[in-house]
Amino acid sequence: MSVYLKRMGVVLGAAVLSAVALSAQAADPFKVGFIYVGPVGDHGWTYRHDVGRKALETEFGEGVETTFVESVPEGADAERVIRKLASSGHNLIFTTSFGFMNPTLKVAKDFPDVKFEHATGYKRTDNVSTYGARFYEGRAVIGTMAGMMTKSNIVGYIGSFPIPEVVRGINAFTIAMRKVNPDAEVKVVWVNSWYDPGKEADAAKALIDQGADIITQHTDSPAPLQVAEERGVYGFGQASDMSAFAPKSQLTSIIDNWDAYYVDRTRAAMDGSWASMDTWGGIKSGMVSFPEYSADVPDDVKEAAEVVRDGIIGGTLHPFQGPVLNQAGEEILPAGEVMDDGTLLGMNFYVQGVQGDLPK
Amino acid sequence: MNETLMLTVLTIITAATPLVYAALGELVVERAGVLNLGVEGMMLGGAVCSFAVAHYSGSATLGIVAGLLAGMLLALIFAFLTLSLQSSQVATGLALTIFGIGISALIGQSLVGIAFAGLPALHIPWLSDLPIVGRLLFSHDVLVYGSFLMVALVAWFLNRTRAGLVLRAVGDSHHAAHALGIRVVRVRYLATLFGGACAGLGGAYLSLVYTPMWSENMSAGRGWIALALVVFSVWQPGRLLLGAYLFGGISILQLHGQALGINVPSQLMSMLPYLTTILVLVLISRDRGRIRRNAPASIGQAFHPTT
Repeated sequence: MSVYLKRMGVVLGAAVLSAVALSAQAADPFKVGFIYVGPVGDHGWTYRHDVGRKALETEFGEGVETTFVESVPEGADAERVIRKLASSGHNLIFTTSFGFMNPTLKVAKDFPDVKFEHATGYKRTDNVSTYGARFYEGRAVIGTMAGMMTKSNIVGYIGSFPIPEVVRGINAFTIAMRKVNPDAEVKVVWVNSWYDPGKEADAAKALIDQGADIITQHTDSPAPLQVAEERGVYGFGQASDMSAFAPKSQLTSIIDNWDAYYVDRTRAAMDGSWASMDTWGGIKSGMVSFPEYSADVPDDVKEAAEVVRDGIIGGTLHPFQGPVLNQAGEEILPAGEVMDDGTLLGMNFYVQGVQGDLPK
Repeated sequence: MNETLMLTVLTIITAATPLVYAALGELVVERAGVLNLGVEGMMLGGAVCSFAVAHYSGSATLGIVAGLLAGMLLALIFAFLTLSLQSSQVATGLALTIFGIGISALIGQSLVGIAFAGLPALHIPWLSDLPIVGRLLFSHDVLVYGSFLMVALVAWFLNRTRAGLVLRAVGDSHHAAHALGIRVVRVRYLATLFGGACAGLGGAYLSLVYTPMWSENMSAGRGWIALALVVFSVWQPGRLLLGAYLFGGISILQLHGQALGINVPSQLMSMLPYLTTILVLVLISRDRGRIRRNAPASIGQAFHPTT
């Protein structure tokens, strides 16, 4: 059913786009298109990409015209929408979900003069760049805070889908947490959705009922934080500052920051210096950032968090630095060594300290 | 009683409440012979309007009323199209869902990222202080009590009142009811509006209590589960309540199971409400008399007095 609904949306979106394309030919500004997997109102992933799009409008004013299509399903429809944008005079197109990878490449082949930027993918060509953020660096910072602040030594983690990106986040969080508190454990609950406020709230309740006194999430709605606030436990915001929903409960948040990247890439495309490349930015490049800590965070926790953050920025600390142990306690990365990006990108195991089995 | 167990039961009650409202409304609608597949859309309409009104007026009560009215307004559109203009109920219901998703997103545009304090739990003197039972049954907000009451009222109305008999007669055979002088279209209008009001309340519960905020498409398919629930209940209010707690319970318990480390695929658990509904349909279909007693015979059929 919902696929059908989304298709209707895509057809309507495509119709609107062609209308936009016709009316915009006279002024001839630089046209940048965005394709979103969710609604801009999700207050999470898509919302933050749209903030990045708006940054283009602020930066370039009349010189740039942006278009976006939201809630595009990952699949055959995506290709149609991307093709529509490419054929309607867009010079640069950002496709902002992993599932748009193959459709993006397919369309890019037919439009060599259009530049494409695909978020979170790994396949590149002459006119397709990839970019993503090392959110796991942010998770190392909040993992440190959780480890110092948990009293029950149980921290709840709400997962969306068991893909490497999410597993990497869980592991980075757990490793950092166990560094400051070897007794703390992470309980994971999967909700099989990026965005279902009701289910996310239920998952938070289940975790708190089972003793978690801090919860964190890799899903997009502020609902788990609302539960945390109501139940009097701590939590961390996801993708954006969610303190409005949980003023007492949110200790800090991992913010996705695409603004600078989008401005840079658009400028490069406009002045002709654009080249296909891969960007995996983190805290250092500003792609991952944090709002102010809540007043409840004690000074020593704040300091410890900043040591981790500054260490990552300075290159002296890596969230996946050996020794890294798997769940069985076997060493999978010897002391001192840093995990390579290939292993990070394909991560499909839990580290020691995560309870339960990873769903396959 | 163990604290965790008690909290789990409380969570199940809150998870089931939007389902109880939405499904109960649809049960009455279907009992009157109308099939409104637009429950999801009406829930979203109720959710966004109740949140908007509660946010701007600061009054949760006004918010609840607004949710109820929004659901009714959407149901009125459906009723006008299907009952007065005789469009297809199935197609119109699906269109109502699409419309509800779109219009709620539009109305809610400026509400994204705003938090709401939520409804306070009502303390009932004496009853709330009872051990265990007080906590389980009498520590909720007004909408949960409303759902208990509504189930009892609908059951009493359908089975014990003359008006309920009339409504069932309209659902079972509109031609016979018409011949008896019952104004079929008027009864169906009222039932459809009631269904819309209930779906709106279910939506209000989502955006004011369950997760007190507005986010696009926040009902996330609960309207469809409510539709499955009506069939599951064989059009009986008592069983519907039971079914809602069962469906709510399954979804909560699988999350608990995961936190405990019991490895059941959560996708399977998400399927269970629908699988159970199909199973129940198969089971009751073996006993033809049972279906005939309960399923409204003229469900989904357009009625025109001259035919």
